Amino acid sequence: MNERATRLLLLASVFVIATCGLIYELVAGTLASYLLGDSVTQFSTVIGVYLFAMGVGSWLSGFVTRHEARLFVQVQLLVGLVGGGSAALLFAVFPHVDAFRPVLYGLILTVGTLVGLEIPLLLRILKDRIAFNDLVAKVFTFDYVGALLASLLFPLVLVPRLGLIRASCLFGMLNVVVALLSARVLRLDGPWAAATRWCGALLLALLGAGMAASSHILAWSESQMYADPVVHAVSTPYQRIVLTRGAGDLRLHLNGNLQFSSRDEYRYHEALVHPGLSRLPDARRVLVLGGGDGLAIREVLRHPGVEQVTLVDLDPAMTRLFGSQPMLQGLNGDAFASPKVSVVNEDAFAWLEQPRGTFDFVVVDFPDPTNFSLGKLYTTTFYRRLARVIAPEGACVVQCTSPWAARRAFWCVDATLRAAGFHTEPYHAYVPSFGEWGFILASARPLAGSPRLPDGLRFVTGDTLRSMREFPPDMARVPTEPNQLNNQSLVRYFEEDWARATGR
Amino acid sequence: MPPAPKRPARPSPSPGAPPISRRRFIASGAGLATSLAACTPRGRMEGSLQRPGMDAGHRWRDGHAPSAAALEDVDVVVVGGGISGLVAARALCAQGRLKVRLLELCDEPGGNSSGGNIAGIPHPWGAHYVPIPSPEAQDLVGLLRELGVVTGIDAAGRPAYREEYLCHDPEERLFLHGRWQDGLVPNLGLSARERAEIGEFLERMNVLRDARGADGRRAFAIPVDASSGDARWRDLDRETFAAWLSREGFRSAPLRWYIDYCCRDDFGMDASKVSAWAGLHYFASRDGLAANAPSHSVLTWPEGNAWLAGRLREPVAVADALRPGVMATRVEALPNAVRVDGWDVRQSRAVGWKARHVVLAVPSFVAARLMSGNRPVATPPVQHAPWLVANLWLDRAPDGRGAPLSWDNVWMEGRGLGYVVANHQFLRRNHDGLVITYYLPLDHAEPQAARREAAAWDWGTARDLVLEDLHRVHPGLGGITRRLDVRVWGHGMATPTPGGIWGGDRNVDGRAGERVWLAHTDHGGISIFEEAHAQGLRAARGILHAQGIS
Repeated sequence: MNERATRLLLLASVFVIATCGLIYELVAGTLASYLLGDSVTQFSTVIGVYLFAMGVGSWLSGFVTRHEARLFVQVQLLVGLVGGGSAALLFAVFPHVDAFRPVLYGLILTVGTLVGLEIPLLLRILKDRIAFNDLVAKVFTFDYVGALLASLLFPLVLVPRLGLIRASCLFGMLNVVVALLSARVLRLDGPWAAATRWCGALLLALLGAGMAASSHILAWSESQMYADPVVHAVSTPYQRIVLTRGAGDLRLHLNGNLQFSSRDEYRYHEALVHPGLSRLPDARRVLVLGGGDGLAIREVLRHPGVEQVTLVDLDPAMTRLFGSQPMLQGLNGDAFASPKVSVVNEDAFAWLEQPRGTFDFVVVDFPDPTNFSLGKLYTTTFYRRLARVIAPEGACVVQCTSPWAARRAFWCVDATLRAAGFHTEPYHAYVPSFGEWGFILASARPLAGSPRLPDGLRFVTGDTLRSMREFPPDMARVPTEPNQLNNQSLVRYFEEDWARATGR
Repeated sequence: MPPAPKRPARPSPSPGAPPISRRRFIASGAGLATSLAACTPRGRMEGSLQRPGMDAGHRWRDGHAPSAAALEDVDVVVVGGGISGLVAARALCAQGRLKVRLLELCDEPGGNSSGGNIAGIPHPWGAHYVPIPSPEAQDLVGLLRELGVVTGIDAAGRPAYREEYLCHDPEERLFLHGRWQDGLVPNLGLSARERAEIGEFLERMNVLRDARGADGRRAFAIPVDASSGDARWRDLDRETFAAWLSREGFRSAPLRWYIDYCCRDDFGMDASKVSAWAGLHYFASRDGLAANAPSHSVLTWPEGNAWLAGRLREPVAVADALRPGVMATRVEALPNAVRVDGWDVRQSRAVGWKARHVVLAVPSFVAARLMSGNRPVATPPVQHAPWLVANLWLDRAPDGRGAPLSWDNVWMEGRGLGYVVANHQFLRRNHDGLVITYYLPLDHAEPQAARREAAAWDWGTARDLVLEDLHRVHPGLGGITRRLDVRVWGHGMATPTPGGIWGGDRNVDGRAGERVWLAHTDHGGISIFEEAHAQGLRAARGILHAQGIS
């Protein structure tokens, strides 16, 4: 290779180093913003630490007295490894907020120091090949242009097309390729050269595998978000269903939100079903909206008078899973196998649009109103539609989040049901894995009748029923706006209240 | 800050006339909505470019107007199936005593309020909402009650609206400084002074909402003809809105962006081109009243105002009065009757009617040509802004930072007016993808030049134009787009330039001869649903009165 080509290649490596360095910095900043929020703080601390580390690297370069070329190649390989793997590593520690910061800043310091070391080394390597003024001009030009390229590529191409893990692996590979090429043009020889080649090949394979496995890395990182091992995970068009199993405990998470823990779900489902159904001795037809896990149906079927249960759940994957998986069938008492039960996989709102006859008792067990699309299932419009399928002497019960953590959200559902013409009886129960949880029993007229509870309940008794209706001052009614389609007040109350309750 | 006034309407009803542009005539047999280009250079994305009614319209403009051999005797012919024409025909059919014909060039009536459907998701092709009416708009409230939009009137006389049809929350968001903020009035990152100026402006508009002239009428009313005749207000029509704003000290960039946005949205041109009276009318004419919604609420449907057009169409179709695919070519007064000649585009034959009355529910320039240059249409000359509307079928909702996807999504640096989400008004959650409707007034050049330019586009050009703008806020959106359909409306809506409202001899009785009635927003000067409704109703009532039917 002639001298001119060598010079050009070394200068091109400045360009690659600059681009890669900035990409790692942006990956770190982005991930930090994802997890820790407040992107201004995250980006400015990441950039500041990175630049500082580069300064450290430059200072360290002063202590290098020989073997600049060899060191340059080794540093380059190291940057490829640490930088290229940084996104995957950060995703892996993602679920551990406490560990995230040390790892994040450790990575930035390492990559920054290494990159800071490289440029002075390269200047020294090139100093005999290019006149000094020309050299400085060229090196810094490539450095800054590389940075520009990275800052444009990152938001426009890399994040949307490749994602963070694959982008950083790709640039790690680029670093390695530059290292190998530099080893060649700088004519490294001896055992070092061979080791460098082996090392480079290994890193390329590693980073390539990382790129290929990026979706697995993501999935694995998700599994770290749960306390217990994930035993089943599936993405449906509607949600992400994740089942975890710990010591004697099976948990269902939808979109990362805990739906039940097998250890105490009986408390939730007994409290959901029996306070209402036990006061409707003539109830024959029952409708369950949501609740594709079949656990509410299990409780409904304890009432021998019930002849027909219709379950409407949007997601066929849920009802299929809970109707066919032995472990889950054990949990819901194989409710879906009962000849009384029929399952409809349709959106509840759309299903209610058609005339459906009437039901004596309706269980409304939707996910919490965490977004505007779910919020529509808690509106006056929805409840007015619901009222049309409830028999004149019938009732419905609505699960409505925690009256302690989201007090306004709970009472907003109550206000909404009243605005839709219902008489309401709010009550609450303590479910250890959820905390204090709220329900509202709603009917056209106040329910008469004293409760006739089925046998075999573990939580609901005549005494617990009475205490459930007592709201201590910290959960007492607060005035709220009813939730309408055109104001979605519930979603706002819910967001604000939960943010306050969890200190976020 | 006082509540922001809602934006009245996108390309609003300038009913069913052939939107004509200067594109060379392309012979086409039955094609109405000319699908000029289709299918898929960009990966799997498909699409079409449509110019509804252009071919037939140009053919007529270039002299194609054969006479019918036989005439059908009817009571009323309504020419044009936009909102004015539909309202008129519906009112005329309601009595069941008149034989009515509604001639509409396109396959379906609706005009600027037409809509489409992609994969079971209905979407608009033009106007997509109506603000809840002011207390004085009793006729409109009556119509909405008949259509089931108003469910009752409370003790205080306030209409209760069917919640499903009120725009669901979250309504609007604006992209600026790299993220989405709630609402369209700029707020994020503004200086205190800029914020104060916006507050002052909105407060000023609140005051103007109650302003009245010496004649006791509101300065800015809907319909336009109900506004005060006081010169103090009407003289505002002589200058541009931009001039008025500068004189009044409203100069800060974010406010002026917002006002320009509103003007482009409602008139197809910015404040430097529209009349100050019209601009103020936009902000100060509405005073919505509802039992169950705030004053500035709007009514909307997944398919936009095409929902209203569909409901208005029903009784007209039931009365067998609807004649789609028919373009009127000449209207001529006979003794005690009016002759209407037309061209049946599907069967390529001349058709004709002898009617006791004719309603011309078409733009004023079409009306003038139909009356063979008799210049019967005494309104100020009207400019029509060309528009591009695109519907995109997406795999999923696009990503973004800040406020969540809303009904109306606008970005400050945009060339167009942003997009609305058809799925937003859905109650069910299981649907296949998402349809967004993107709006772009072609106001970068004079209307005629812009029309000529747009006439030369193929689908690829239009697609790139749309995606380029959308990519400013959603990089990579093209990658999740399954289908992208574009419509160019050559004469999208009337643009009230200075003098455009009160500058000429205003045709106040809505007639062009004893038996020819005019019903179109062009005659009001402002292209909005309420104006079209009032125009259509006025013509129908005039005819019913003349026929002795109450």
